[in-house]
Amino acid sequence: MKRLLQYLREYKKECVLAPLFKMLEASFELFVPLVVASIIDHGIAGRDKGFIYQRCLMLLALALIGFVSAVAAQYFSAKAAVGFATKLRHALFSHLQSLSFTEIDTIGTSTMITRMTSDINQTQTGVNMVLRLFLRSPFVVFGAMIMAFTIDGKSAMYFVLAIILLSVVVFGIMSVSIPMMKKVQGRLDALLLVARENLTGVRVLRAFCKEEEEVQRFAGRNDSLTEQQKKTGNISSLTNPITYVIVNFCIIFLIRTGAVQVHLGILTQGQVVALYNYMSQILVELIKLANLIVTINKALASANRVADVFEITPGMAWKEQTVRGTAHADETVGKDAVTPFISFDDVSLTYAGGGAPALSDLNFQVEKGETVGIIGGTGCGKTSLVHLLCRFYDATQGSVKIDGIDVKDYAKQELSDKIAIVMQKAVLFQGTIAENLRWGKADATDEELKEAIAIAQAEDVVRAKGGLDGMVAQAGRNFSGGQRQRLTIARAIVKKPEILILDDSASALDMATDARLRSAIRSLTYKPTVFIVSQRTNAIMDADKILVLDDGQIVGQGTHETLLAECEVYREIYESQYKTQE
Amino acid sequence: MKQRDTLKKVLCYLKKYTALMMISVVFATVIVALTLYVPILIGDAIDLITDEGVNFTLIGSYLLRVGIVVLMTSILQWCMNVINNKVTFQVVRDIRKEAFDKLQVLPLKYLDAHSTGEIVSRIITDVDQFADGLLMGFTQLFTGVVTILGTLVIMLSLNPAITMVVVCITPLSLFVANFIAQKTYSMFKLQSETRGEQTALIDEMIGNEKVVKAYDHEDEAIARFDEINDRLQKCSLRAIFFSSLTNPSTRFVNSIVYAAVALTGALAVLSGRMSVGILSCFLSYSNQYTKPFNEVSGVITELQNAIACAGRIFELIEEQPQIPDGEEAKDLADVQGNIACQDVCFSYSEGQKLIENFTIDIKPGQNVAIVGPTGCGKTTVINLLMRFYDVDSGCIKVDGTDIRDMTRKSLRQSYGMVLQETWLKSGTIRENIKMGKPEATDEEMIRAAKASYSDSFIRRLPDGYDTVIGEDGGMLSQGQKQLLCITRIMLSLPPMLILDEATSSIDTRTEMKIQRAFHKMMEGRTSFIVAHRLSTIRNADIILVMKDGNIIEQGNHKQLLAQNGFYAKLYHS
Repeated sequence: MKRLLQYLREYKKECVLAPLFKMLEASFELFVPLVVASIIDHGIAGRDKGFIYQRCLMLLALALIGFVSAVAAQYFSAKAAVGFATKLRHALFSHLQSLSFTEIDTIGTSTMITRMTSDINQTQTGVNMVLRLFLRSPFVVFGAMIMAFTIDGKSAMYFVLAIILLSVVVFGIMSVSIPMMKKVQGRLDALLLVARENLTGVRVLRAFCKEEEEVQRFAGRNDSLTEQQKKTGNISSLTNPITYVIVNFCIIFLIRTGAVQVHLGILTQGQVVALYNYMSQILVELIKLANLIVTINKALASANRVADVFEITPGMAWKEQTVRGTAHADETVGKDAVTPFISFDDVSLTYAGGGAPALSDLNFQVEKGETVGIIGGTGCGKTSLVHLLCRFYDATQGSVKIDGIDVKDYAKQELSDKIAIVMQKAVLFQGTIAENLRWGKADATDEELKEAIAIAQAEDVVRAKGGLDGMVAQAGRNFSGGQRQRLTIARAIVKKPEILILDDSASALDMATDARLRSAIRSLTYKPTVFIVSQRTNAIMDADKILVLDDGQIVGQGTHETLLAECEVYREIYESQYKTQE
Repeated sequence: MKQRDTLKKVLCYLKKYTALMMISVVFATVIVALTLYVPILIGDAIDLITDEGVNFTLIGSYLLRVGIVVLMTSILQWCMNVINNKVTFQVVRDIRKEAFDKLQVLPLKYLDAHSTGEIVSRIITDVDQFADGLLMGFTQLFTGVVTILGTLVIMLSLNPAITMVVVCITPLSLFVANFIAQKTYSMFKLQSETRGEQTALIDEMIGNEKVVKAYDHEDEAIARFDEINDRLQKCSLRAIFFSSLTNPSTRFVNSIVYAAVALTGALAVLSGRMSVGILSCFLSYSNQYTKPFNEVSGVITELQNAIACAGRIFELIEEQPQIPDGEEAKDLADVQGNIACQDVCFSYSEGQKLIENFTIDIKPGQNVAIVGPTGCGKTTVINLLMRFYDVDSGCIKVDGTDIRDMTRKSLRQSYGMVLQETWLKSGTIRENIKMGKPEATDEEMIRAAKASYSDSFIRRLPDGYDTVIGEDGGMLSQGQKQLLCITRIMLSLPPMLILDEATSSIDTRTEMKIQRAFHKMMEGRTSFIVAHRLSTIRNADIILVMKDGNIIEQGNHKQLLAQNGFYAKLYHS
């Protein structure tokens, strides 16, 4: 919670002014019963028309000042609430951007989206209401009590009693309903998941004629959400009737005591009316407060859920500046040993929550400009290996070095400038083709883009979609899988990286295109070090070095010829493909 | 969509709950009557308190009555709230259900053109906001109106002159509220649209967060986000501030009424036409009479927002659905697998021709390989075969019947499809595999899993076949997901197959085994394979060579090589 409050800091002025103006308005309201009492006791009893006129004008004046204060309060609170939500949304979005792959895996996409949208909206409403009403209502309640004390101490005791009882009831109901509202939100999340899935998997679902079943699934969750909403609503709406009973019973006792006091000559009739009016004001305010508490409960639940996301800290710390020239590195230079460009020393990786290590005891070196092929069965750790190089995950053991520097010692920017990775899942973003390609290099010229497109064999794609300014729909859905793959490759090439990683990213390409792509990459003038992850031997056969992975371990490394002679796994893979191609 | 139309539609949804709503209305009326009775009783009690002496027994009996009335009121009030909660949340449930049902019959053309985030935001967020507004409307709108009427009647019976003063001034407050509501409707709509835009961006960026990170694109994403965020801030501030003016304005009008009642009332007491007790009762009424005006106007602003949201949901619900299966539509049964395309033309958008005059006759059991440069329209062929999209002209026939003359269900069930983009639903592995054949036994399932080589990795998962996988496959690798998609088909074994780059993410050792299983599966089944591997292509009965949406060559491997055309060029490259 505290975490979130900092986003209000910039609106300190508004946060003070809004309740202040509200209280100003409330104080003027508190004078009204006194004025009315004086009309009854002096104006009517003394038959003084002039006095009555004067007091009624006073009522009007109080109303006018109250109105002006209220408008000011509304403005300041709206400004603070909206500003707060805007800042919070920005902060949360930035925070999500700062998380590493491990945390993204754990939180899950649909959770992140509800936090960003409906939860923050609820929080905004909450802040707005709190600023407007939360101080005002208690102020009126206690103000009315104090006013009652100035009239008659004995009667005022009923005010004290009423306030104590009311607080118990209000807070009691609140403590029950807050956890219930959390449950409502949880079920809403579950519903959201079904809706999202239904859209992302629409083709498969329709192919299997699962529409009916999906409708059932949605209906089931929809019903359970509705049940929970009703239950929660029923508890929350106890507040109004109970407070009504308490206040009115207090009024009964108040009038009863008032009658005695008037009988004893301690109070006047007008004063009893004033006391009654004050008690009524308490009721009005409490009803507002109760409604407010429902809103605040919701907002608090949402705020906590947003705060929970902030609690998740990026599990990976980046150095501000690349730490180079350690004593160790100097030593090796001194010994005339050439530092390999990339080296994996005893690297193992176990994913958070995963039992067995995904990679174990990897050792290999790569020289600058080499092409490295990585091959192995499904789930053998090929992708994990290249992700370590990009430092998407940290090795749980051993070290990954580029240029003799541990990737953990790199500044984020410097490391990511060196590497471009094309991932398995080819994703483009809403915008133009050019905008997408400039992800790699923001200031790339059109010529550079065209060059990269040519290398990625995507010229026909770009032409078909209306050139560089062709529009890409959200998530690139207006492109086929193969078109997306080639554009994502172009996006990586635009970057002109020192290290280019193609993670099974030509899987949707036909063999001819794939072959042309590889030869185009080989002819790149700036000679990047290239990692090609593939299942096909023909994609990596020409590599300078081939790593054969099996179950997270390197079972062979070398060239195609040596591996064919020495590595059984490689030979099997090769032969399986060689034979099928016969 | 017009505000009034939307409102009408909301009322249609309420129709189902007429009985409950009637009860709620009766309760509300009784509650209001009782609530109004309380100040009269108290006023009478106050009149008994005079300096000349107090009749304690009479006061006591009045106060006892107050107590009873108050208790009854609160019990009824709670019951009414329970009913209102029930009606609101069930109406919302109904709308949500209808929206979701609608999703199932919307053509893919619509779904492909709209972002997931936007549609989800309509079904979930907008409906939620609508619920809030509707509930407020229920609990407060009707009671508000009844209170106004009831108070009016009682006041008239007490003192018509003062009542006239109240009646003349209060409409001001309605006028003000209405004016503000009209002005803010468009602001709320703009806010709602901007929010939708933002949700779409969030969905895209957060949904593909890993790519964003790989390209160090976080800052740019934040910049784009901020641009929308700033716009949202501006339009939200306007909408919220202006709508929140309703309350102070109407309250101001009320205060004027209060002062007027105090004045005219006091003068009436002076002239002996009224007692002090009735004055206090009148003052309390003028508060009660105007308070509903506040609430009513507050509710109206809330309803504005709710209706703007409802409008967006109804837009979705009323979207043109896909052409439903005709009355005469046949169930495709005992599929032989004869597929004929006659002069098929198709394009996604008008003016951009894609497939033109495509004709082919595929005999039962033939294997068709679709090859060609990437992005040449191979996926489009699948869209048409499965009838995800309808052809623009010409027709596709299965076993001699136009696919538009048969039920979609029977057509799609006759095909087994493995797409390049793997998709699994959240649930257990078992649920996913049995998707196409829920009645399958575990033995059958395991046999299918073994045939597609996924059994061994499934067994290694924490809970085997009962392992729950998250949204979009969760922790499974791309290859594992693909194996599961294949297992899914292996289990249901439909008479025709469509395999789109089905094995692209599986290592070749496993693939070879799968290929063997596939070949067995394909025996006697008409099958389409979008293929890259030569082995598949070479063994195909018919090879369709596609380029730019057109089938440019057609024949078997030998024939095509002999033609020495585009295929030969592809093959030799």
